Amino acid sequence: MPVIEAKQLSKVFGKNPKQALKMLDKGSSKEQILKETGNTVGVNRASFSVEAGEIFVIMGLSGSGKSTLVRLVNRLIEPTEGSLYIDGEDLAGMDKKSLRRVRREKLSMVFQKFGLFPFRTILENAEYGLEIQDVPKEERQKKAKEALEMVGLGGYLHQKPSQLSGGMQQRVGLARALANDPEVLLMDEAFSALDPLIRKEMQDELLDLQTTMKKTILFITHDLDEALRLGDRIALMKDGSIVQIGTPEEILVNPANDYVEKFVEDVDRSKVLTAQNIMKRPETVNMEKHGPRVALERMREEGLSSMFVTDSKRNLKGYITADDASEARKKEVGNLQDILKNDIPKVDKETPLNEIFDIIYDSPIPVAVVEEDKLVGIIVRGAVIAALAGEGEVNIGNA
Amino acid sequence: MLNNMLDFIPKIPVAEGTKWFTEKITDYFSFLFEPIKEHFGNFMDFVSESLTAVPPVIIILLVAVLAFFISGKRLGLTVFSIVGLWFIYNQGLWEHLMSTFTLVLISSLLSIIIGVPIGILMSKSKTAEAIITPILDFMQTMPAFVYLIPAVAFFGIGMVPGIFASLIFATPPTVRFTNLGIRQVSSELVEASEAFGSTGSQKLFKVELPMAKATIMAGINQTVMLALSMVVIASMIGAPGLGREVLSALQRSNVGNGFVAGVGIVILAIIIDRVTQNLNKQK
Repeated sequence: MPVIEAKQLSKVFGKNPKQALKMLDKGSSKEQILKETGNTVGVNRASFSVEAGEIFVIMGLSGSGKSTLVRLVNRLIEPTEGSLYIDGEDLAGMDKKSLRRVRREKLSMVFQKFGLFPFRTILENAEYGLEIQDVPKEERQKKAKEALEMVGLGGYLHQKPSQLSGGMQQRVGLARALANDPEVLLMDEAFSALDPLIRKEMQDELLDLQTTMKKTILFITHDLDEALRLGDRIALMKDGSIVQIGTPEEILVNPANDYVEKFVEDVDRSKVLTAQNIMKRPETVNMEKHGPRVALERMREEGLSSMFVTDSKRNLKGYITADDASEARKKEVGNLQDILKNDIPKVDKETPLNEIFDIIYDSPIPVAVVEEDKLVGIIVRGAVIAALAGEGEVNIGNA
Repeated sequence: MLNNMLDFIPKIPVAEGTKWFTEKITDYFSFLFEPIKEHFGNFMDFVSESLTAVPPVIIILLVAVLAFFISGKRLGLTVFSIVGLWFIYNQGLWEHLMSTFTLVLISSLLSIIIGVPIGILMSKSKTAEAIITPILDFMQTMPAFVYLIPAVAFFGIGMVPGIFASLIFATPPTVRFTNLGIRQVSSELVEASEAFGSTGSQKLFKVELPMAKATIMAGINQTVMLALSMVVIASMIGAPGLGREVLSALQRSNVGNGFVAGVGIVILAIIIDRVTQNLNKQK
């Protein structure tokens, strides 16, 4: 059973929503309806379902109805028509008390401008969701602290939000949402107010957190990059309607209509895709454990002419070639230190494809992908070309 | 011809009607007004007498300490309070000062107790706002003297009608600013509070009122200042205090006495204003 399931969910703002819905049935456009009836169509018959543990991104330009849609999911906005099920319970027909229960136990929301209470400390902010459920003070402080530590803000408990940077404030927003231990996280343009570097950092962190916490996440964004990075599946919205739902690759490769195609054609793949999207798992030898003999053996197994060398902590030390290793074995050299080469071509895992191209063109061996000196993958020439051509294995969304 | 048109309807007896209405209210509600007049009057006298019974030097010191801490440990307001209050004492106006202060204190407190809930109601309901706003406009633009007339009819003369008139005159800012303050709370914070499953009162007390506090305090500051000005006017219906000194100086054309009592009011106003404003500034 899906965790969130929307069926024909609609919202019309204005005095005569039923009439507007009828016009929609007859195929009138959003503009026509606004002109003739003065009603604004927010969301038009949106149907989708989100499975447990999935990051479902709703993407659209401003005015496409995505923010309205997310507010229909926790009924901050009353739907005009349609149903919305959370764990099989229909939210649309629920009385206020049950709605509060569902909001408290199952849904948490993270806001674009953080929505933090400025007069409360960071800890008190994170406690809010539990406080209103009358959870005893000690218990709720404990949970709030855990949530804050999870997002790396364990040391800021007694500061006020205004003393923190934007990125840190949104971490508080995230911690506040997590402190309730909800099933579903609703993130409304959660990272849009942050500058690009911090935004990327937060995206990575969300993905990191997600590997351990496995929440169901409904993520709203207007940024295609972000949608591609985060989404397991993406729903594209236009004028209040969902025009396509699919995995990032499906949307890039098989746009459902002209609108989607136009949307994604501007995506310069060489800028969107980064090293980590096209890297392969590295074959390595550990210089602290292995000698030339093992290295040679492994190169033979994998059919490689060279191999990267790391220490036990996976810090990249250099590379060795098959020729050198074979020479060393003949000379009975016991360790790899002596034949290690240091002129490694390496890139950070965030490096975009267009920058990798030059490096890999000049390099006789694969490019090493590193994160803080640790080897996390390798890139071979073919992978870059395949990715640029829009073909081949592209591991989008997997950091 | 044109004049005839204007005279087509004879004079509508609004004044007579109001008079009749006030008399009826006085009659019907005398069972209510009489005990209020008596008990509340006694209470006010008690407060005023208690304040007067405290040695002036202690009050001056208490005000100085309060001013010192509330103004963030700066000396300006502290020194001003000490010198100002001593000056009033020196001019033999201490008892009047205590009466005026009692009136301001009690009427401001009542204004706040009545005004804040009405402001909250207005912020929650468009209908309530539509009904109450014109009433507030009316209350504030009607010349303050007019309230003295029914006040006397209901409560006789003295402190109690002074409080009544002051309530009508001074409550609107608190109501308006409470309404404004709550409506100004950013929609995202209200949404945040709702999204976590807050009840209406949790939203009000944990988010809206704390967020609106600074605005509400600005309204309260205005209410207190208006209460002070009304309390002076209320001397015309026998409210005791510095205002009465001004009034009697006016009646005797005594510029000197009038000026001294007026300065006393100014000093009190400045101290009250600065103290309530600084209350607002504290986080």
